[in-house]
Amino acid sequence: MTKVTLEVNGKKVSKEVPDHTLLSVFLRDNLNLTGTHVGCDTSQCGACVVHVNGKSIKSCSTLAADIDGSKVTTIEGLAKDGKLHPMQAAFKKTHGLQCGFCTPGMVMSAVDLLQTKKNPSDKEIREWLEGNICRCTGYQNIVAAVKEAATKM
Amino acid sequence: MASLVGSRVERKEDGRFLQGKGRYTADINIANQTYAVFVRSPHARAKIKNIDTSKSLKSSGVVGVLTGKEIAEDKIGGLIAGWAIRSEDGSEMKVPANPPLAKDVANFVGEPIAVVFAETLDEAKEGAEKVKVDYKVLKAVVDPADAMKSEAIHDGVDKNLCYDWLLGDRKAVDEAFAKADKIIKVDLINNRLVPNAMEPRACVVDYNSASEEITLYTTSQNPHLSRLVMSAFGGVAPENKLRVVAPDVGGGFGSKINVYNEEIVCSWASKKIERPIKWVAERTESFLTDTHGRDHVTHAELAVTKEGKFLGFKNETIANLGAYARVFGTVTPTYLFGPCATGVYVIPAAYSNVKAVYTNTAPVDAYRGAGRPEATYTIERLVEKAAMELGIDKTEIRMKNFPTEFPFKQTLVHTVDSGDYVAGLEKAKQMADYSGFEARRKKSEANGKLRGIGVSSYFEACGIAPSAAVMSLGCGVGLWESAEVRFNPTGQISVFTGAHSHGQSHQTTFAQIAADELGVPMENIDVVHGDTDKGTFGMGTYGSRSLTVGGIAIVNACKKIVAKGKRVAAKMLEVNENEIEFKDGEFVALKSNKKKTIGEVAFACYLPGQRDEMKSPIPEGDEPGLIESSFFDPANFSFPAGSHICEVEIDPDTGNVKIEKYTAVDDFGRIVNPNIVEGQVHGGIAQGIGQALHENTQYDETGQLMTASYMDYTMPRADNFPEFNLGFTCTHATSNPLGVKGCGEAGAIASPPTVMNAVIDALGGQEISMPATAEKVWKACKVMKKSNAKAA
Repeated sequence: MTKVTLEVNGKKVSKEVPDHTLLSVFLRDNLNLTGTHVGCDTSQCGACVVHVNGKSIKSCSTLAADIDGSKVTTIEGLAKDGKLHPMQAAFKKTHGLQCGFCTPGMVMSAVDLLQTKKNPSDKEIREWLEGNICRCTGYQNIVAAVKEAATKM
Repeated sequence: MASLVGSRVERKEDGRFLQGKGRYTADINIANQTYAVFVRSPHARAKIKNIDTSKSLKSSGVVGVLTGKEIAEDKIGGLIAGWAIRSEDGSEMKVPANPPLAKDVANFVGEPIAVVFAETLDEAKEGAEKVKVDYKVLKAVVDPADAMKSEAIHDGVDKNLCYDWLLGDRKAVDEAFAKADKIIKVDLINNRLVPNAMEPRACVVDYNSASEEITLYTTSQNPHLSRLVMSAFGGVAPENKLRVVAPDVGGGFGSKINVYNEEIVCSWASKKIERPIKWVAERTESFLTDTHGRDHVTHAELAVTKEGKFLGFKNETIANLGAYARVFGTVTPTYLFGPCATGVYVIPAAYSNVKAVYTNTAPVDAYRGAGRPEATYTIERLVEKAAMELGIDKTEIRMKNFPTEFPFKQTLVHTVDSGDYVAGLEKAKQMADYSGFEARRKKSEANGKLRGIGVSSYFEACGIAPSAAVMSLGCGVGLWESAEVRFNPTGQISVFTGAHSHGQSHQTTFAQIAADELGVPMENIDVVHGDTDKGTFGMGTYGSRSLTVGGIAIVNACKKIVAKGKRVAAKMLEVNENEIEFKDGEFVALKSNKKKTIGEVAFACYLPGQRDEMKSPIPEGDEPGLIESSFFDPANFSFPAGSHICEVEIDPDTGNVKIEKYTAVDDFGRIVNPNIVEGQVHGGIAQGIGQALHENTQYDETGQLMTASYMDYTMPRADNFPEFNLGFTCTHATSNPLGVKGCGEAGAIASPPTVMNAVIDALGGQEISMPATAEKVWKACKVMKKSNAKAA
């Protein structure tokens, strides 16, 4: 067992967990933050993307113990004061989600893209989202959402 | 009041999904729950000689281990085939038993043999490792084309043949072919696909020993149907003691129609071990055990005149059912396939012959489009090839054979109520700049690239219902849909539907419909679905049926609310009922112009008594309250149609296919919410392009699934697609009062032939099979180069 201390969505948390606990499991099972989803076993689907110290990572292939002391933002921590983050609002406006399962990872990944590049082209958006699989939307409205958010962020 | 139907309303469900507040099955935890891990067959076909659970039972944290022996002793039934299909000779189809836990023989890799329950997931996994199964490995039957010549894998199923089905008239086809100037032939493989909803299947079961009630939370497209099957065929619990909840479900695409082994086993076991149970599939388990789609081997022929008129069509198909026949397994390659195989054309004579075979692979069932993509691929490849061989423009040959009058009595089964196929193709041509293609092709050629253009025109029979029709075709249940509208005393409205949304946006579109009918803001309306303890029995969501069947049930229930409201308002306003008009949420007495809002009327409906000077507003013969329900069973399927055009550019040095342009023009009748319809079309096209260029399910000769993870199975990514260009035409369906047609499957139906026709066009007519991967295309380019060199 290992003691893992993190700041998750602005709140300090500390838990004793088995050494091999993945960050995705830590968030979902230990903190009940079930907005972070797990859609595969091989780190391809990206439904589990969260931010660690401001950068997007796949929480399904990160050990919680490895990032001890870090700041984590999950999809639950994105909206502030009851107001959707511009990326969340853009996904809603452009119908960038259907079943909603890939959405948390997609949004977290897209937010990091705009932190990295202010006004990405369609091509850059599509390439950035290579690690996030969506089966519902055909990606078109996701790309539209990122472009919409780029005008607001 | 402006109509909400037809407007781009933002979705009601998005607030929760975007903030991580969705509640999917795997998000649910119940105090004191155990974790289930299934022991699965590592062999495609093996006799189970012995199962030793003793070490597993002693393993740390293990609460119980159950096998096929116990489930058989408890007389729990197996999985079922939902449709009875007869062979051409009149004999009944052959369906083997499909027990929830295999007891004697395992028939595909991943088939569950035993289940281990433990305090933690890790302990359950370790416990499962310790179950020792003694197998005698048998030779597996894997290739559907060889199945009929192979050893029978199920007792009593000769040649591994479930049925040998015929639709149409062989003699009439022979006569038509005798008159033809040319016979166009194709040999096609419709590649096997894994639906791959992003949410893996899961179930959480809670057994209440006081009430003896089982609550099953599960990833289902049709919770009521699941309860019916588990109760009637599984014998898990009587229907009134079984509550099935399908909360937020992360995509289905057909793969979550079936009741699966794990749901039956965990529901049964929860009562046995008197503990809640949680099971969540890993992605590889999903690959191995979710129902797969397509998997046809087809030879088809089209008889044509030299002017390009179609005279006759024939289709000989071997359809792979996998190891067992499941709910839509037997109907997908027959009545969902054969009737659509003549496409949008007038073809005087046709037949489809389908031999459905069992193999030692995962069961094959409905996957987005179910049968209709296979049908459209068959006819549209033939038509494109006919155009090429006859030297007729590919759009002209289609126009030449479109019906010009509706209703259109299609060759084999359907009477299509409405459509305008010419308008759809004309619009697609214009949007795609079809006439400018040759110039673009030359430009590509100058850059050393190969450019091709492909067309496909499709129709489909969806809105899977009319009970009279489906039951006459062999369906085990009627396929109507139900709704209940509860107008609460304080004005909020709950709309219950038997349909289920797992991405389709019912909370929004159904609220739009009800808001228009009742003249209230859609914010006042909540759409409730997915829980057998809430609302009426329903058949669920698949076959593009939610709106055309379920949506109409809502309309009809709302109309009943308004009808009762009129009677009540008449009494309140002291006029005759026929002097009341209902408009924009108000009941107006025409002569006096006195009004009551629907909210006031609803409130009055809950105050049936008399008090002081106030008289009861409830007319004689009416009951208090304002709750109405409806079961809608349409008179016909709905028949969306359209034409898609794709332009690809191939780099002959790498074989890489780039989709330069994709244009889709569809006729879905009246559109409730354009945002949502466009989203459905985008997603469908993407899945179809996935089939055409990327996705393939590969078993090796021993029946091991070689593509059982996202590292091996190519899921389409964002950078595989261009921006799709969508257009619409509109002819109203006549089989429902909204004039709507289903839109969920169309993209996946039209796009595989559209893309393949473009790729094959670029390759100068050289046929290649789906998926047209870079390797295959590169090889084809080399062949092309050689033959071009020879010609020169």
